[in-house]
Order: sequence, then C-alpha cells, then structure tokens
Amino acid sequence: MKRELLKFLLFAVLILVAPLAFKGGYLLNVLVFVGINTMLAVALNLLLGYAGQISLGHAGFFGIGAYLSGVLTATCGWNPWLAMPFAALAVGILAGLIGFPILKLKGHYLAMATLGLGIIIYIVFNETVDLTGGPSGLSGIPNFAVGSLVFDSDIKNYYLVWTFTLAVVLFSVNLAGSRVGRALRAVHDSEVAARVMGVNVRLLKVQVFALSAVICSLAGSLYAHTMTFISPVSFGFNFSVELLTMVVIGGLGSVYGSFLGAALLTLLPELLRGAQDYDIVIYGGLLMVMVMFVPGGLVRGIPDLFRRMARLREDAGNA
Amino acid sequence: MRKLIATCSVVSICFLSATAVFAAGTVKIGGLFAVTGPAAFLGEPERNTAKMVVEEINKAGGIKGHKLELIAYDTSGDATKAVQLATKLIKDDHVTAIIGPSTTGESMAVIQVAEREQVPLISCAAGIKITEPVKKWVFKTAQNDTLAVVKIYEYLQKHKLSKVAILTVSDGFGASGREQLKSQAAKNGISIVSDDTYGPKDTDMTAQLTKIRGSQAQAIICWGTNPGPAVIAKNVRQLGIKTPLFMSHGVSSKKFIELAGEAAEGIKLPSGKVIVAELLPASDRQKSSLMAFVKDYKLHYHAEGDHFGGHAWDAVMLLKNAIEHGGDSRVTIREQLEKTHGFAGIGGVFSYSARDHAGLNKDAFVLVEVRKKGWVIVK
Amino acid sequence: MKVREFLCKKRKTMQFEQILQYTFSGLSTGAIYALIGIGFSIIFTATGIINFAQGEFVMLGGMLTLFFLEVLKLPLWAAIPSAVAVSALAGLLFERLAIRPLRQPTPLNLVIVTIAGSILIRGLAMLLWGKDTHAIPPFTGDEPISIAGATILPQHIWILAITLLIIAVNKFFFYHTISGKAMRACSYNRRAAGLVGIDVHRMVLFSFVISSVLGSLAGIIVAPLTMTAYDVGIMLGLKGFCAAIIGGMSSGMATVVGGLILGVLESLGAGLISSGYKDAIAFIILLLILFIRPQGLFGKAESERV
Repeated sequence: MKRELLKFLLFAVLILVAPLAFKGGYLLNVLVFVGINTMLAVALNLLLGYAGQISLGHAGFFGIGAYLSGVLTATCGWNPWLAMPFAALAVGILAGLIGFPILKLKGHYLAMATLGLGIIIYIVFNETVDLTGGPSGLSGIPNFAVGSLVFDSDIKNYYLVWTFTLAVVLFSVNLAGSRVGRALRAVHDSEVAARVMGVNVRLLKVQVFALSAVICSLAGSLYAHTMTFISPVSFGFNFSVELLTMVVIGGLGSVYGSFLGAALLTLLPELLRGAQDYDIVIYGGLLMVMVMFVPGGLVRGIPDLFRRMARLREDAGNA
Repeated sequence: MRKLIATCSVVSICFLSATAVFAAGTVKIGGLFAVTGPAAFLGEPERNTAKMVVEEINKAGGIKGHKLELIAYDTSGDATKAVQLATKLIKDDHVTAIIGPSTTGESMAVIQVAEREQVPLISCAAGIKITEPVKKWVFKTAQNDTLAVVKIYEYLQKHKLSKVAILTVSDGFGASGREQLKSQAAKNGISIVSDDTYGPKDTDMTAQLTKIRGSQAQAIICWGTNPGPAVIAKNVRQLGIKTPLFMSHGVSSKKFIELAGEAAEGIKLPSGKVIVAELLPASDRQKSSLMAFVKDYKLHYHAEGDHFGGHAWDAVMLLKNAIEHGGDSRVTIREQLEKTHGFAGIGGVFSYSARDHAGLNKDAFVLVEVRKKGWVIVK
Repeated sequence: MKVREFLCKKRKTMQFEQILQYTFSGLSTGAIYALIGIGFSIIFTATGIINFAQGEFVMLGGMLTLFFLEVLKLPLWAAIPSAVAVSALAGLLFERLAIRPLRQPTPLNLVIVTIAGSILIRGLAMLLWGKDTHAIPPFTGDEPISIAGATILPQHIWILAITLLIIAVNKFFFYHTISGKAMRACSYNRRAAGLVGIDVHRMVLFSFVISSVLGSLAGIIVAPLTMTAYDVGIMLGLKGFCAAIIGGMSSGMATVVGGLILGVLESLGAGLISSGYKDAIAFIILLLILFIRPQGLFGKAESERV
C-alpha cells in the first residue's frame, strides 16, 4: 500500500510540474483533454478491467453529464458547481436502473446492448432540439468560477481538471486494493466462484457500472464548462470506441495504464498531423499492431520490451 | 525518461517555431477546415481554395511586398479538435488571423478562443448565430441560411404555393435550415404542413416521402447535403410524386446532378452564383471574381470550383484587402475588415459594419433549376 | 353526407396504400440488413467473434464495383463478380493478417482488432477512391413499377431475389456439403470438431471469406439505390448487427426474418411515428430483445454459460 501511495505521489508531482515545460503553449490545452480522457478511461477501466464487463456506450454517460451541466447552467442559469453534482446524481440513478437488466448480459451481448444504449442517447441529444440545440450544439455554457477566479484559461483549467482526475485516480487505486476491489476481481475471474464466496455479484456489478457512469458524468461536466460549447458529435459511438481503445491499449486493470492509453490516444493525432489524410490509416494500423504485439497494453508491454532488450544485450555479451 | 524526451522535443519545436515567426515579412494566416469526416465536402474545397489563393497572391508579389503563409489544419468536423487547433494556431504558430472553421458547430466552439485571444476569425460556416449577436473578432463569408430560405419562399409566394412539406437532414446543416424554414414561414405567408427529418447516412427516404404524399403539400423543400438529397430525388421519382421539389444550396454542385441522374431534372434550388458564373450578365458585379475563381480552380485541381471553396476564397481576399488598407497587426486587420464595403466576392457583395459581421443580402443567392444535366437561372 | 363518406373511404385507401408503401420500403432495406446480419452470424457461430469490420465489406462491394465499372470499364456482369472476388480476398487477408496472428485472442482484443481493421479498411478506401459519394447505375432500368398503389423500382426486385437466392445457397451449403457441415460442427464444439479431423483454422478462414462475400454482395445490390462512399459501412454494419441479434445470431432464416422485421418497423416508425427517432427504434428493439429474449426472437432458451 505504501508503494501505491508513493507511486501516486510521484504521478501527482509529475502532473503538477508538467505545465512548466509547456509555458502556456498549445500542448497545455491538449493536456487538459488528456486529463478529461484519463478520467473517462479510468472510469471505464473500473468496469472493464476490474469487473470484466465491457461497455461500448460510455460516451453516452459522458454526454449526459455534459448536457445536463450545459443545459442547467446555460438555459436555466444554475451555478456550474451545483449542476455538476446534480448531473452526476442523475446519471448515477439512470445507470443504476439500466444496470440491472443490462448487466445480466454477457460478453458480446453486453457489448451490443451498451452500444445500442449509447446510440439511443446520441439520437436523443440530436432530436431534442429545443432542449439541447440538436446537431448545431449548445453554446454559452459558463466557465467554472470560485469567487472572482474564473477558470477561463488553459492553465487554470489544467489544474482544475487534473485535481478531479487525480482524485479519481487515487480513489481507483484505493478501490483496487480494498475488499470491493478483491470482490470485483473475483467476479472478473469467475462469477460462480464469486457468488459461492458470498459476493452479491449482481448488485456489485450494477454498483460498479453506476460508479463508472458517475465518473463519466463528472468528466462530462468538466468538459462542458471548459469547452463552453458542446455538440452531439463528441458523444457518439466513435468516442465510446476510442475510450475502449484507451483502456485496452493502456492495459486492462491498471489505473496508470489508463492514463498512458488516454495520453497516447489524445496526443497521437498531434503527432500524426503532418501525415494529413493518411492519419486515419496510420491510426487504424497502429491500433491493430498494438493489440497484436502488445496485447497486455502499454503498462505491461513497455517493461516487457525493456526486459527483452536486456536479454538480447546479455545474449550479445555472452556470445 | 519518455516524458523527458517528449518534453525536450516539444521545447525544441517551440523554439524552432518561435524563430520562424521572425522570418522576413511573411504574414501568417491560419486555416481550420473539416477536410475529413462528415463535413469533408465543405472542408476539402475550402482548404484547396485557400491554398490556391495564397499561392496566387504570392505569385503576384504578395501583399505590399509581404508574402502570405497559410497554416491549415484538419479539424475532421470535431468541435473539440477545432478548439485545440485554434489554440495551436494562435499560441504556437502565432497567426495574425484565422480562416474557418467549416461548420457552424465548430465555429461556435472556436468563437470563445478567438474572442479571448483577440484574433480575427473569418468563419466559412453558414449558421446565423455565428455573427448574431455580433462578436467583436468574428466575421463570416458563407451566406446565412435565412437568405436561401427567403429565396425559395419568394418563389413560392409568386406562384401562389403556400403549403409546404419540409424534409431536413438531422445534422448541423439540416437543423439550421429547419429552424430558418420554420421561423421565416409565417412572414412569407407559408404554412408548413409536414415536418420530417432523415439521418445523414440514411439510404431510403420513401417512408417520409410517402407520408408527405399523403399530406396536402404543394411543394417539398429538402435541406441536406450529398448524398441524402440525391436519394430523396430518386425516391420522389420512384413514388411518382409530382409536387415540385426544392433543395438547399447544400447540393449546388455538379456532384448532385451526377448522383441523382434523371431524377435531378426540374429540381430548383437557391445557390451562390458560382455554378452559373458563365450565365450571369456582364453587368453583374461579381462576374469577374467568379470567373477568376472558376478558372484558377480548374487550373489547379482539374475540378469544378463550388461555392464552398468560394467561402475560403472570399475569406482570404477579404483579409488581403484588410491588410492592404491597414497593416498586418490583428487589431488593424479587424478594424479594416469591419470597414469592408462593396467587396464583390464569390458568395456575394460583402459590406461589413459594426452591426453586421455577415455582410451579405439576399442577392447573394440566385434560384437555379436543373435542366438537361446543367443549371439554368430561374427568373 | 355522400361526399363525406366518399372522403372517408378515400382516406382509408390512402392509408392502406401508405402502409403498403412503408412495408415495401422496409422489406428492401430489411433484406440488406439480413444479408449483413447473416455475415455477422456466420463468423460469430464459427469463431465467437463479432466482426465489427463487417460493414466495411458492404462498402467494399459497392466501391469495388464502381471501380471496375468506371476505371477498368468492365461491363456490369463482369464487374460484380470481380468486386465480390476482391472482397473475398480482402476477407481472407483480414483473417490471416489480423485475426489469426493474435497472441491473446480474448473477446476484448478481438473486438478491438476488428474495430481497428474497420478503421484501416475505411481509411485505405478513402485514400484510394476519395471522399466523394458515387452513383452506380441500376442493374435493369429505373422505371418505377406500381403494385396495388405502392411503387417500387426494378432494383428492389433484384434485391429481394438475390437475397432469397443467397439464403437458399447458404442453406444448401451448410446442410448439404461437407465443408458446410464441418463449419457447423465447429460452431457447436470447436474442440470436438478438431478431434474428428476437421481443420478448425481453415473453417475460421472460410467463415471470414463467406461473410465478406455476403457483405460485398449486399453492398453491390443496394448501391444503385443508395449510392456509395467510403464511409457507408458503419451504420449499415450496426443495423445488420441488430438483425443478427433479433435472429439470435443464427445464420439461417431467423436472421433473415430479423432483418426484415427491423426494416419494416423502421420504415413504419419513420412514416407513422417520427422520422427523427427512426434509428432509435432499431436500437430500442435491440435492447428489448436482449433484455427479454437474449436468445433471439425465435431461439430456444439456452442455459447460462459460465
């Protein structure tokens, strides 16, 4: 546990000093989104990596969080700090209710059902024009503010978003080592065995599903109030897939892996910008190669690579 | 270690780009175009045109001796990306003005960045809310949807057709069209008897059209961009619907006629003047700009220039004008843009003012009809 | 009074005509969903993989036909088999290069690999053929045919006929040929099939080839109506998916009926309820079926798998 805490502190310090390296440049703006995506990836990882339940609809929860926050503040004039917990609560209840029937399903069927759910949510964003502004989006969402401090620049948003992200990371790390975390892993390995051990599997799965959705909703609120504009495109099927990819590429069941995955996939388009139209091909190809050759994700793949290189060097030394 | 390497490379890139700013006398302008993704039909011609115009300007010696440099990024139609790239253009590339984004959604998202950083932005999107209410740093070149709607409604009024059915695509373009079709209806003595939508990727709209056939509509107005309207044109023909069909300026390119084939015949739509450039009388103020654009585009890309590309043409030329009249600082460019008066471009004759950052009136559109796989102007 | 009665009657026939038209439209889109859905289930039953790249083969069918027609100037009767052959080759390569070499073929990794495959195929198609939408000429003219007040196009008849033909061939293959029976054996129990001497790997390869052929055929017959572009595969693929789920992931009639039901409900939904929520209807049906009858509309209940 001490080691975990040390790891977290190191990570937190790294995050805190990172902006110094970027001097308010554009990459800082990207890092804000790395923060939001890390939060989402960690949330999905709780469900996917710990409890072994796939979801292809998490962008939907992210979207509901963003839209509730957006509509309540921009249209109804609420304070963002009030809208955020309200949205999270609403999403939690919704996810809890849907969780019961949906988590009865397994494997591919669960993937399909969550995918369907995500698409339905997306369609609702598009069609309820009077409320959400429909496909043209919702603008005029206020920034977060504390007193006279308005979070309207990249550097302020960076620290705001990462405060939440670090809290989520710490929470997840703790959860993994707790009784609940162990129960979750038991569910992942064998539901029957977990049930025999006295775990209320069904309730536990629904709880994790709801928890994961709540974190997504918080990320959604952060997104809405930092962007000040939202439109349905950001919450579609593609984004659900991207989240899934972040988790898998980062490494299932690893919180820091989710960060690596989120960072890689958010920064990748920046690196591929020079490739212009070729970027989609490179992206697809890279994804394929990653899953084929680094199936355990970055968090296990990188040390593996080093080990293999060390062995090669040793062999060369012996020869 | 990885982090360190990444940091080092980023710092060195920043350093390199910082030195580039001081290269002799170039004016940097940024471009945000949706070159890939669902709005690629807008972004691609826009980027191509912007590149072409900048090249032509530089060939002719630049602006007052200054070369132009275009730094264009692909937003793939995503608002988040558009905001990030706008920030990148401003903070890392140090551009003096930005052209784009291509869609209304992206433009709305980017506005806050432009306003905060005080950089002139000339959007290529049509949504009316981009410049209404007026934002200090934001202008646009694409004609408001309202103008297109009014063009159709005027024709309907003239021919005593008052009941219309509208069928709009459920994306930003269609949603904005739908809003304007509804809000302008009463003013023009039109009543909407049927209001339907279709998805951007839908492949069959006979269900909606069958419903419309059952209504008492005297005209059908469809608001969308390829390929949906072409499918609708074909479906209308299949169902034997004789009600006159109107489209939006979203399909005013040869591509639509090619896709819809026979079914396109007789369809009327409001369009920027570029597709009928040759048919315009010599007295038309835009004629010379239009002919130049069409000729250049053909030369550079071996393709027809369309009015989407025209939005970028107008944006670059407006910037050029502003720089010629004032200087190349952000503040003077903005001031000069606002003073633009009677600039005959591709989209229309622009006259900006402190109260109007869209700058066009309904003469920007002509009503055209598809006849024998070509366009004719409807009088 | 008479006039009112007449009007009333007229209204009723109008409604009947409308519903007939909705049904026809629905059946033809449904047939396409069915073909794609069968492609999904063939791979699923043989390998347990949900192939998210299935929709891309639909796109390949249309785009390749166009390529052979326009660039190589082949006649239609030659362009279609060529397009199918190339798609089959793509399916084969996909299995050999992406699916088989997978080191840890967990369901999750398989999902990601097929998604990556679909992004890659779509990207390559975009680079090769550009982003424009293209029209393909109908097989035999486009003069509307009127049936009891509803109208359809000759292409609709082609779609229904080819779908029926494919189903028949499919049935014959799976029940009356050695390879087909072997594939079915694999789907029941891969290990047992392997033990009795069936080359399971080859059967997996087969399933990818067959489903890419089905997908591309669906893409080809529908393209004259809907036109084609590099990104048509996504939504069609998802709908085909729904069809397969409604049919309980079987490769036979159940999926066909699933596709047709989906098509008709969508069309009725768009006409009678709300065109905006039309796609939502498909997915709500999907959810309801998964909640209430996860074995599909027609399947027998299966005991829970651990």
